[in-house]
Amino acid sequence: MSFVYEKLFGDKKGMIGFCLLAILILVVFPLMLDSFRLNLVGKYLTYAFAAVSLVLLWGYGGTLSLGQGIFFGIGGYAMAMFLKLEASSPENTAIQSTPGIPDFMDWNQITELPFFWMPFHSFTFTLIAILVVPTFFAYIIGAAMFKRRVGGVYFAIITQVISVILTVLIVGQQGLTGGINGITDLRTLNGWDITSDSAKNLFYFINCFLLLAVIIASRFVLTSKFGRLLLAMRDKEDRVRFSGYDVANFKIFVFCFAALISAVGGAMFTLQVGFMSPSFVGIVPSIEMVIFAAVGGRMSLIGAVYGTLLINFGKTAFSESFPELWLFLMGGLFIAVVMFFPNGLAGLWEDYGHHITKHFRFLNRFYDKLVPASSKEVNASNSVDSAELEGSKS
Amino acid sequence: MSDKSDSRRLWGRRKVVRAISALPLGIILASQLSLAAPATTTGQAVTDDTVTVGILHSLTGTMAISETGAQEAEKLAIKQINEMGGILGRQIKVIQEDGASDWPTFAEKSRKLLVNDKVAAVFGCWTSASRKAALPVFEKENGLLYYPTFYEGLEQSKNVIYTGQEATQQILDGLNWVAKEKGAKTFYLIGSDYIWPRTSMKIARKHIENVLGGKVVGEEYKPLGDTQFGSVINKIRLKKPDVIYAAVVGGSNVAWFKQLKAAGITSKKQTLLTISVTEDEVLGIGGENLEGFYSIMKYFQSQDNPNNVAFVKAFKEMWGDDSVIGDVTQAAYLGPWLWKAAVEKAGTFDVDAVVAASEEGDIELTTAPEGYVKLHPNHHLWSKARVGMWKKDGQAEVVYTSELIEPDPFPEGYQ
Repeated sequence: MSFVYEKLFGDKKGMIGFCLLAILILVVFPLMLDSFRLNLVGKYLTYAFAAVSLVLLWGYGGTLSLGQGIFFGIGGYAMAMFLKLEASSPENTAIQSTPGIPDFMDWNQITELPFFWMPFHSFTFTLIAILVVPTFFAYIIGAAMFKRRVGGVYFAIITQVISVILTVLIVGQQGLTGGINGITDLRTLNGWDITSDSAKNLFYFINCFLLLAVIIASRFVLTSKFGRLLLAMRDKEDRVRFSGYDVANFKIFVFCFAALISAVGGAMFTLQVGFMSPSFVGIVPSIEMVIFAAVGGRMSLIGAVYGTLLINFGKTAFSESFPELWLFLMGGLFIAVVMFFPNGLAGLWEDYGHHITKHFRFLNRFYDKLVPASSKEVNASNSVDSAELEGSKS
Repeated sequence: MSDKSDSRRLWGRRKVVRAISALPLGIILASQLSLAAPATTTGQAVTDDTVTVGILHSLTGTMAISETGAQEAEKLAIKQINEMGGILGRQIKVIQEDGASDWPTFAEKSRKLLVNDKVAAVFGCWTSASRKAALPVFEKENGLLYYPTFYEGLEQSKNVIYTGQEATQQILDGLNWVAKEKGAKTFYLIGSDYIWPRTSMKIARKHIENVLGGKVVGEEYKPLGDTQFGSVINKIRLKKPDVIYAAVVGGSNVAWFKQLKAAGITSKKQTLLTISVTEDEVLGIGGENLEGFYSIMKYFQSQDNPNNVAFVKAFKEMWGDDSVIGDVTQAAYLGPWLWKAAVEKAGTFDVDAVVAASEEGDIELTTAPEGYVKLHPNHHLWSKARVGMWKKDGQAEVVYTSELIEPDPFPEGYQ
């Protein structure tokens, strides 16, 4: 029993951190914020999926991807295609030259639905596509690169290039993709109005649960033997290879897993925001996702969520209060984080977290009940704790 | 003793620096907790002596250079209305938001303005993409948007008043003019690759082929922001069209016109008519690179009428002598005035009533800098098309003015 909990939450601090995050997003935010702000937080939390995926890929795997926007975008576009087809029923689009196809196709003189749009009439297919297409795409990229031992900065550049190519493709083929406007005006999901407040609230909670599930799944990956191999590969790839492991396959796996997580975030984004556009695929959003992870602490799954929230709260608040100055304040925030908390927000938690955790005795007691003292000592010696790792690295 | 020194260290330099760096966090929290605007009978931010409106343009990012003029003109109009005593006895208060050249941000800020600030109207958006992103929000929350840019048409929302010209108002008269004045028969179409140029070219091609009996010898689209026009220019040299008809937007224009000039294609040998260059763009391109080429717009800063002279003077007084005024800037200036007229006619700020008053088709502005304009029941403006010839100093000389053109966002025979 205790074994399972350690697998899923890491050590005691990890579990308390996880519980605090869950309380924050599931209880505190919904109670404190009005529907509009809650929807905004929901939007931020979809970026957190990508940030969490980067913790796995970059923080632990040592492989920096500057193209997580690719997968975020594919997931988002898949969901948007389904919703757009539903919004483009012949009755809704009667004024077009060809009713029954999305409006942007009509503007571009396309007279019938392209073949790859056809399956998106089915919701089941869409859900499968959201999970499978990005994963498969990541597999192709990963196999093409890691098998040839392309890594490090070259990998980062290539992922960046792919995100540019995809953006150019989407913008250029506007009759098929909606171009730079993106796919807009999405209103219903199987006949259910997704723009209503109640739908938005529901999506918020679905989003939170998915995010927490993703964190647990990621923790499970990291605390397994695979997680330790990932670290070993990051620090001395050749040694792992000489020990007889096929390094490329491990890297491909973590890249695919990260792609899958980002795509789920993208799909949830489309549902909550009501449209998808190429501005989430390109270089800028991809780098922003890296910033979220870096500010949160690139070795911390939970920190990534806080990093995402902090940056986006900052963006919104600064730009509302100082519309002409806000970019400077954002710059100040980045500089402050890098100068004073080089390990991100997670580093703060490592340094000062015990001041907070001691106030949550009930969680401690809960944890002590779950994990018998004997196993705790074993756990302490080989726990995957971010502070420890950071220490061993330097 | 040691305790004491510890506690002193607590407030040492590092601590203070950390506290300072936490300041942004404090600001965030404080602004998140700020109170929502007081509700009134119409659910809008209207009190006995003020009414709140929103301005939503990009102040940062790639579009900032284009959108700055629009928001300056809107602020000028609002200032002038306030000096005249406001609307229905209320002074207009402005909440400004930054769309940051990012379409989703436009949607987010629209929602913020409508839901949190409960503004009575929003003046904003510039690109079609930002309007498309914000449109569902305005329809859902029943807001009112005054959109200033000339655009592709094919849209007519209850919640939007379009103060710029739709595609047919800009394109058809320009083509007629160039066919008649220059005897043009062959046309080469070039534009940036997105919805507005493509729709405009579609209309232009139909008009050239079906109405003017001319011929389109080439049609080309370049990605947004592209700076390589060499291959297009070679093709143009080969085809020798009577007219180059251009809808290249934004920064690409600089490269496009400079490379044309470098290739020896100047107004001496070649007629060029563009639907995407206003005084704002010329500032970046340089008048000497454009000299003798033509733009078709509804407004030029050089227009000589009392309204415009007063407008240019007021604009320069408020925003500096160096500022130039393009077509969209002028259209943005109309927004607050049209809203004022509709609100006063309706006698309330309620969106449904203001829209109904606007749709009666008798709201007119005799004081518009471009001249007389009238609001059509289809939410667009009756306006005139003007052809301007660019001069070295970055101003245009108006060489042709059309009659008032009826707006037709869904033109038959052109789709």
